[in-house]
Amino acid sequence: MPSLPFQIRSPIPALAALGFAVLASGCSTPADLDLSLDKQTAAGIYHVALQPPAQAPAINQMHAWKVKLATTDGSPVRAATFKVDGGMPQHGHGLPTQPRVTRELEPGTYLLEGMKFSMTGWWEVKLAINAAPGGDKVTFNTVVDNARK
Amino acid sequence: MNKAAIPAAGLVLATLALSVWAAQGGKLRDPWSAQEVSILASMQLKEAGPRPPDPSNAYETKTEAAALGRALFNDVRLSRNGKVSCASCHGADNEFQDGRKLGQGVGTGQRRTMPVMGAAYSPFLFWDGRKDSLWSQALGPLEDAAEHGTNRVDAVQVIRDHYPQQYQAAFGAFPPAGPDAVNRVFANLGKAIAAYERQVSYGESRFDRYAAATVAGDGRGQEVFNAQEVQGLRLFLGKGQCVTCHNGPMMTDHAFHNTGVPPLNPARPDRGRADAVARLMRDEFNCLGKYSDAKPEQCGELQFLSTNDPGQLGAFRTPSLRNVAARAPYMHAGQFTTVAQVLEHYARSPKAALGHSELAQPGEKHADRQTIRLSATDIKDLAAFLGTLTGPVIQPR
Repeated sequence: MPSLPFQIRSPIPALAALGFAVLASGCSTPADLDLSLDKQTAAGIYHVALQPPAQAPAINQMHAWKVKLATTDGSPVRAATFKVDGGMPQHGHGLPTQPRVTRELEPGTYLLEGMKFSMTGWWEVKLAINAAPGGDKVTFNTVVDNARK
Repeated sequence: MNKAAIPAAGLVLATLALSVWAAQGGKLRDPWSAQEVSILASMQLKEAGPRPPDPSNAYETKTEAAALGRALFNDVRLSRNGKVSCASCHGADNEFQDGRKLGQGVGTGQRRTMPVMGAAYSPFLFWDGRKDSLWSQALGPLEDAAEHGTNRVDAVQVIRDHYPQQYQAAFGAFPPAGPDAVNRVFANLGKAIAAYERQVSYGESRFDRYAAATVAGDGRGQEVFNAQEVQGLRLFLGKGQCVTCHNGPMMTDHAFHNTGVPPLNPARPDRGRADAVARLMRDEFNCLGKYSDAKPEQCGELQFLSTNDPGQLGAFRTPSLRNVAARAPYMHAGQFTTVAQVLEHYARSPKAALGHSELAQPGEKHADRQTIRLSATDIKDLAAFLGTLTGPVIQPR
């Protein structure tokens, strides 16, 4: 196994650690970045929760996330299709891979494969969702750092 | 907590944690923040671990394959004029590169020769990443008109004429005559060379000793760096922003970036990664091809290949910085003669001739990026630090 762990931060500890990032790096992550991985889509049609792997992957290690898609009342949404996009807004490049939702694991829970982060810093993960209730979009922020477990 | 209080609380916590670190790190000659120590730890060579297996090459750890590969690597018969081998440009006594702006085989190439060390860690090879394995990479120069200038039929004949026993010891009997026979042996030629190249790697540098001492809280151990080198390292992690892309034990993110490096020929700027993706996908020697030993699900880089990122135009692979001072000239066409010139380029951060540079341009009002600002002294300090990254080249005797 690669031995270069990084952490995908959850919102509150993330803000504590962010202080380090700001002090240590010339390229600072915005302090007010919304790091929630559990969000409503832009037009309010869906509720989407992204689940990173339980064991934090290494930088440049390909891995999979889970996507939980529900209507706003919490009912799982089946047979949805996703377009996945993203990148680093501070560097103007996209994701190093083209991740895809490859299958629906259980009703409303999808497997997002081909995820990889090639460097530390602020990454955006954007999903364009299409399912019976309609089309909608959501953007997640995640900060990848070198913090050791 | 309200929204405004959370970042403030974060900063307070960070400051507290920093003080705790400072108290613990009293023995260190050069104090570093916890975050910096964590980054230094992640850049140590030992963090790279054993070379990752390449599932597309079932022979990569086979001794017989590596022995054959070493002989082929040095064999000038694998060229149109009988004078060019892999070693012509990748000299074992010369950091496995040639010190030239452009590779010189039977003709003059388009790009700077890359070293062999560290290549086994990279998901993509060449400056534009148009190959996805060490063995497939090795086949490219053989049929390139400017490099070896030979072809697979002639290369396979060299194996049949001069290495029949060695080939069969590594790969078994030659395949029966048929449409695939030449390609099969040609692919195995690449797999043999890869098995040899896999044994060539970077050794630990003075930087690794400094990082290990810092992680261990050993102030005496930090004395392997002088004050200028320490200052250069601070710039590397800080306002120079070098570590953004030159991260991890190989000091590369293995990704592709446009940093506005001036093209060698302004009339025909090199499109870099943008032209390589289609070539990689249709390459019969890629991970998903019939000559690969991998199962399709083991070819994640191809299965999830990014094909339509506008940022790929004019983008090149981040090179490792290990042994960088021993490896002038720099950039994909040797555009810069010295490390200082490279650093001056980043301090200038010019606009890209093709595509868009990821570097924030001086004076640019960009919400998300910060301009790299380096003084003449900063550049000297950074260059001094980069000199500490040189270590031995490990290779089979």
